[in-house]
Amino acid sequence: MSKVKMHRSSPSIDMTPMVDLAFLLVTFFMLTATARPDEPVEVSTPSSVSEMPIPERDVITITISKDNRVFFNVDGQPTRERLLSEMGKLYNVSFTQEQTDVFKVLTTFGMPIQTLNQFLDLSRDDRKEVKQPGIPVDSLNNQLKDWVLQTRLANPKVRIAIKGDGDAGYPVLKKVINTLVDRKVNRFNLITGTEEAPAELKAIQTTAKKPS
Amino acid sequence: MAEIQGGGGEGGKKGGKVRSKKTSTRIDMTPMVDLAFLLLTFFVLTSTLSKPKTMEITLPEKPKEGDKPPEVNEKKVLTVVLGANDKVYWYVGITEPEAKREDFSKNGIRKVLLEKKSQIRDMIVLIKAMDESKYRNMVDILDEMTICNIQRYAIVDITSADKEIVKQVKL
Repeated sequence: MSKVKMHRSSPSIDMTPMVDLAFLLVTFFMLTATARPDEPVEVSTPSSVSEMPIPERDVITITISKDNRVFFNVDGQPTRERLLSEMGKLYNVSFTQEQTDVFKVLTTFGMPIQTLNQFLDLSRDDRKEVKQPGIPVDSLNNQLKDWVLQTRLANPKVRIAIKGDGDAGYPVLKKVINTLVDRKVNRFNLITGTEEAPAELKAIQTTAKKPS
Repeated sequence: MAEIQGGGGEGGKKGGKVRSKKTSTRIDMTPMVDLAFLLLTFFVLTSTLSKPKTMEITLPEKPKEGDKPPEVNEKKVLTVVLGANDKVYWYVGITEPEAKREDFSKNGIRKVLLEKKSQIRDMIVLIKAMDESKYRNMVDILDEMTICNIQRYAIVDITSADKEIVKQVKL
């Protein structure tokens, strides 16, 4: 009798600590995970040795895709709402309340302002299907400059980051940078992936630290 | 045995009842564990471990009309031209320079930059990108500036003279 009992209890393991651990990890990953916003284009950024983290709030992200289209994004719903109404006034395009609401929760977009309201009228799924032509940055029709200016008026704290695909051509980058410099934005960030710092840099960093 | 809580000790006095209670308090945790680990795996795989980093660049203000461009000693100038197909051309000086071609590998432009940096005091690097170059090349060369600890560099528009110099290298 007793032998049978022993046999019974030994194969069942106490799983409580394991479950505790598992749920702890689940909770941790759930809380740290940030839902990735859906982007209209896939961008593979080049890597760099820079270790500066990107600011989490008040960032304008100018995305440059592989085929040299320019996209714009800014966080903060109040900023976006004011931005859209100001841009509408500037270009004589009126937006309805529904369109503004859609724009507030939209992320990256690359539509000229003239067709933006049609784009906002589409359903969520249809919007994904549309091939967005990108924001015009030519010298004759430079809407990016107004987007940047109006965003900075709506939210003065905003910083500018350029997220370019590694294969994007230099001319379009030059256009974007010139647009920013024209608007007296001389300091901005380039979003890059991480890369192992080579030995030379490590040597410099260690020697630089020693005297101080 | 360890799973049994309060109920087990209490029921020790009575015989038959204890046993039925024992089995009822023990919950089969396997499905829960399955679920927990499923979620765990999901979040581990979907979470992005490496957050994107940024490199900050500061450009000089646009010169006002009538401003003279700053004068530099041409012997101290190293010009780096970013060309097509991930190639980079470099030359020292401005008048009749002899350009050479390198790539972005460890023994390519980095070696040149480090060598020239030790030879020339207060070296100034001018970065000129040709229209055929890619965004990646620009990031790479800015990276090399950080790696080689070169503080004085500028991004300059390319001139037709530079293009001529680069063309000669190809031949």
